[in-house]
Amino acid sequence: MTTMTIAKAINEGLRAALTDHPKSLLMGEDIGALGGVYRVTDGLIGEFGPDRVVDTPLAESGIIGTAIGLALRGYTPVCEIQFDGFVFPGFNQITTQLAKIHSRSNGNLSVPVVIRIPYGGGIGSIEHHSESPEALFAHTAGLRIITPSNPHDAYWMVQQAVECQDPVIIFEPKRRYWLKGDVDVQAPGPSEDPFKAHVLREGADATIVAYGPLVPVALAAANAAAEDGHSLEVIDLRSISPIDFDTVTASVQKTGRLIVAHEAPTFGGIGGEIAARISERAFHSLEAPVIRVGGFHMPYPVAKVEEDYLPDIDRILEALDRALSY
Amino acid sequence: MGTHLPSTEFDGTAVDDQREADAEAVMGEPPAQMVQLLGPDGKLGFDPVFTGYAAKLTPQVLRGLYADMAAIRRFDVEATALQRQGQLALWVPLTGQEAAQIGSGRASQPQDYIFPTYREHGVALTRNVDLAELLRQFRGVSNGGWNPKDTNFHLYTLVLAAQTLHAVGYAMGIQRDQKLAAANAAASGTPVTEPDAAVIAYFGDGASSEGDVHESMVFASSYNAPVVFFCQNNHWAISVPTAVQTRVPLSNRAKGYGFPGIRVDGNDVIAVHAVTEWALEHARQGKGPVLIEAFTYRVGAHTTADDPTKYREAAEEDAWRAKDPLARLEKYLRAEGLADEAFFAKVKDDGDHLAAYVRRTTHDLETPDIRTAFANTYAEAHPLVAEELAWFEEYSAGFAGEEPAEEQDRQAATAQVSPKAGH
Repeated sequence: MTTMTIAKAINEGLRAALTDHPKSLLMGEDIGALGGVYRVTDGLIGEFGPDRVVDTPLAESGIIGTAIGLALRGYTPVCEIQFDGFVFPGFNQITTQLAKIHSRSNGNLSVPVVIRIPYGGGIGSIEHHSESPEALFAHTAGLRIITPSNPHDAYWMVQQAVECQDPVIIFEPKRRYWLKGDVDVQAPGPSEDPFKAHVLREGADATIVAYGPLVPVALAAANAAAEDGHSLEVIDLRSISPIDFDTVTASVQKTGRLIVAHEAPTFGGIGGEIAARISERAFHSLEAPVIRVGGFHMPYPVAKVEEDYLPDIDRILEALDRALSY
Repeated sequence: MGTHLPSTEFDGTAVDDQREADAEAVMGEPPAQMVQLLGPDGKLGFDPVFTGYAAKLTPQVLRGLYADMAAIRRFDVEATALQRQGQLALWVPLTGQEAAQIGSGRASQPQDYIFPTYREHGVALTRNVDLAELLRQFRGVSNGGWNPKDTNFHLYTLVLAAQTLHAVGYAMGIQRDQKLAAANAAASGTPVTEPDAAVIAYFGDGASSEGDVHESMVFASSYNAPVVFFCQNNHWAISVPTAVQTRVPLSNRAKGYGFPGIRVDGNDVIAVHAVTEWALEHARQGKGPVLIEAFTYRVGAHTTADDPTKYREAAEEDAWRAKDPLARLEKYLRAEGLADEAFFAKVKDDGDHLAAYVRRTTHDLETPDIRTAFANTYAEAHPLVAEELAWFEEYSAGFAGEEPAEEQDRQAATAQVSPKAGH
């Protein structure tokens, strides 16, 4: 076991991927000498050279589009998008090309491109630097989407994404980049399958599903609820596409109540998808409607008021009160 | 130029003029002139660079270029007829662009990789794509009917210009492969055996306005990627003329990216072949990208859903028909005694056979099972796909033994191909 931050864990994971897979390479803006705006790729250009740690022109469609071409030639590019809100110039390449080429080619071609996107708010930044656009990608068949909440998952997920034959988007919880935790660099252990949810805390009265930056918030809310005598089960979803509905269903069949929390707006979001699926799978187990805790239907607000926008412990506890009131 | 002094510090006219003059002094005059070797009159002209390339074309190769152009034109007629008869949902005709496509495709080597847009049926022919398989997409039985790994001819891309970036990325992969091969060869003391490869990215004058073309040229230039951008300027982006896309010759845009741009007569198969061969050599030798603008004309409609009579004059079409790529090569071959009547008769005969083959195989193209779509969405197992497939199987099983009226109606409804599909 080694203790490191999420940012360092991704850095080490990328180092391991570049070492183990000679045809993998990193691409992105400022990822070379600077090491990325979050320093996640720090030092890698010195070890692997500019052909494998590629500072690209400032063009997101260009990054994704050329990564697709490299993948068609047999390479595995790992693209860094600088911030969540800047992925959209590359959205066309991701949704109309990357997601569809395997299907379009009747399975003859694979494009195992990995896209890393720092996402979420809580860092007091300016417009376009705090968004959670995961649902826009989850709606597109052909993509896989994962999001680590801790350093151990971060270290392994980045390598698992490189090994996956499908395109994988990793949403990295940027406000948790400096969160420290134990990483077992020898073996992934229970994190062997990046598309499985983890039950982080067992409970009896209600289930909270969260992912990425809100996992620590959900755990803190469970602690607070325990002081009030309520036993909460906390699930780290880990994978947004596919979603591990089996784990969530089993939990709801036990607790009878479900709260889903994410920073993204609730309308048309992942929480709504989980609510619908769970109502189909575990209708008779539910003691209350599935309650979503998330962002409002507005552009991500200015930094000075983002605390009112972001789900926190109190917002989750308020949702718990509502769930328990049925 | 350069004599006008700015009246205020904000008037940059003269500065711009001076920059332009400086740039021209460094880069040379922009290639306003078009490379043409074989004129509409069937007479061979001279070009200081490209005549040398054209001279390598033997009579047999020249006859082959004619036969290819005739074959793809005959195929185009047949596919249009198949669409009119309801056998294809849509067809994208290429008539008028045969020389641009056959000339460039025949200049490529087997190890080169080609990214077409969706009208490159002529290039497909040169890459040995089975033309019946090419029709799968237009019959609605596949979104890509051939395996690009067999031919190094990528699938058609319908989102304009998206493939230009794929082409540059692929070329960046070739660069890395070459470095790796060189390192391995040096380590083992053996020569590199892999031939140098390059990439061709096809797009049109309409797509030239897409941002992806700009980004692809920026990336290609930054990394000196071995890619040839082949723009067929066929003068019409559906109903919008080239003048709306650009105020300068498209080939001039290369100057802004710092690599050569050449305008070639796209109806002159000899010049297109020569220029493309030069450009591919340039790319393979590590000298970086080239932009070729093939100046040609879409004689027919954009697709079978289009109606050019609404936006252009018949006189314009007639003027371009007078520059027909097949007619001028036929004149040349006959005048030089390189092909006789028997040759042209055989070309016509071969075309009819090709048409019959395409017609027969189109009727026989198998409608896929939707289960293949479930299977091909992801490369690796996916629980949601598995769950939905299981539901579909159960649902379908509910119709078992229910063959009568309802099911027949359903099958008839799904078998019909909508003639309105496409854009």
